[in-house]
Amino acid sequence: MEKKRWIIKMIANKTIYITDANCVTPLGFDLETNWIALVKGQSGIQFQEKYGNLSSIYASIIEDEKLNESFLKVSNENTFTKLEKMLILALHPIVNKNKVTEKSVLILSTTKGNISLLENQELLIEEAYLGTLAKKINTFFGFKTEPIVVSNACVSGVLAVSVAKRMIQFGAYDNAFVIAGDEISEFVLSGFNSFQAMSSLPCAPYDESRNGVTLGEAAAAVYISSEKPTENAVAIIGDGAINDANHISGPSRTGEGLFKSIESAFKEANITKDKLDYISAHGTATLYNDEMEAIAFSRSHIDTVAINSLKGYYGHTLGASGLLEIVIGLQSVYNEELLASKGFKNSGVSIPIAILKENRKKEIKYFLKTASGFGGCNTAILFEKIN
Amino acid sequence: MNDVLFPEFIKNTSKTIGLEYPKFFKMDNLSKLAFLGAEAILKDNIDLENENDIALVFANKSSSLDTDVKYQDSISDSENYFPSPAVFVYTLPNICVGEISIRHQLKTENAFFVFDDFKPDFMSNYASYLLESGKTEKVLCGWVEYYKNEYKAFVYLVEKSGTIAHDKQNIQTLYNQ
Repeated sequence: MEKKRWIIKMIANKTIYITDANCVTPLGFDLETNWIALVKGQSGIQFQEKYGNLSSIYASIIEDEKLNESFLKVSNENTFTKLEKMLILALHPIVNKNKVTEKSVLILSTTKGNISLLENQELLIEEAYLGTLAKKINTFFGFKTEPIVVSNACVSGVLAVSVAKRMIQFGAYDNAFVIAGDEISEFVLSGFNSFQAMSSLPCAPYDESRNGVTLGEAAAAVYISSEKPTENAVAIIGDGAINDANHISGPSRTGEGLFKSIESAFKEANITKDKLDYISAHGTATLYNDEMEAIAFSRSHIDTVAINSLKGYYGHTLGASGLLEIVIGLQSVYNEELLASKGFKNSGVSIPIAILKENRKKEIKYFLKTASGFGGCNTAILFEKIN
Repeated sequence: MNDVLFPEFIKNTSKTIGLEYPKFFKMDNLSKLAFLGAEAILKDNIDLENENDIALVFANKSSSLDTDVKYQDSISDSENYFPSPAVFVYTLPNICVGEISIRHQLKTENAFFVFDDFKPDFMSNYASYLLESGKTEKVLCGWVEYYKNEYKAFVYLVEKSGTIAHDKQNIQTLYNQ
């Protein structure tokens, strides 16, 4: 059969920006409250006497009472789950400021959604669908398009931002409201525990004493569009989301996928490595992840760039983590201040990387966010501050 | 394909395509389904000598719920409590894509999405973006839905030239067959 070359729609050469952001975490339900707490070195991680069948663990959990109190200001409907309330609260101010139009899309990043609903034996399985969760939020805010759910392990939050940028550039939508959230549940706590991946103390990314993750819950939201920004904003200038092709539950020893994702982002952005001012890394505090990252950053020649992991402040918030950490990273950019990599004292990775031991005032123009996850996935996004 | 029970379907399909891959039997049902779907297409499209730049863009409706329910069963009774990492690892839908990446050594763009039904618009847009932006040479797209013996796998390879136009109508038509 004769092969033909099909004309594919061209990608518009327009710049895509994040112009608004918010988060809901144990440290606060808005950006400012979170930032003030973070600069002081506060953490949402607390000792939990008991959680289901687990006892004496550390986790970063949002207080139900505080959440419900804040939620009442937005809606007095009581049909929402904890996770839905977190997501709605995070997105609410963003929808107030940026209009939802016919060509807006909602993109939800989550790994497990309302998984705790499975504890109810009489549950209709449709209630646990990620699509059902997305639809509820979609309807609440009056979106006219169908929502997109990104469920790609712990890179979902970063990947969702990539998907938004890619789809707007392609012309599929004018703008995107990206939300991310995951809650603590016995399901995930017991699962990580079965992997012996849970830290006995609050997690210490990159530290020589590190011995695993501390889990957390949070929600975050951003507004992405090609509209020229008038105030604090960043342009999304490059991205990559490449698999290690090595192992489903451990990262590549050579950091293959992460390295390739970073290179892909830089190639697209067309900037040199020496321009990079800050890396917000994944830093889960497992032995293998942190070591893999050090190797990947070194291979990419960005090992001298100031770097931190925010998991010492929020724990590992799974599907929320990528977006939450981007949101906080943007705060660093706008406030010209980098945060210490909480929990880090002495390097426990074989290749030296420039981990922040304390807060540092710094002008930031280019900022890289990376994430990695189960299934061998990795993502990298480059941002440029717009003045 | 629901008149054939899944285990039988798997047995017949792996025999038909001559699958030899020991790790296959450790996978959960969603991964087995996705893996076979990909295998059927890729076995004639992979260059064994060089790296293959084939991105993987997969989606479904139930995420990993089939395995999630099994995992939940292992933790719901404190008298009979047996959470296992071998099961837990499959409680993420993108693992099936990881399995395909590993099998064919595809160090490429990967993404897993969840929709209430197969979305040819989105799949077409996203795959086209990856091709046009130069992020990849080819895209293996898949709708791999599995929940309690109800299963459907629709896997197709997209590249810049070929015999069937990559547009929403064609994709929807092929899906409906």
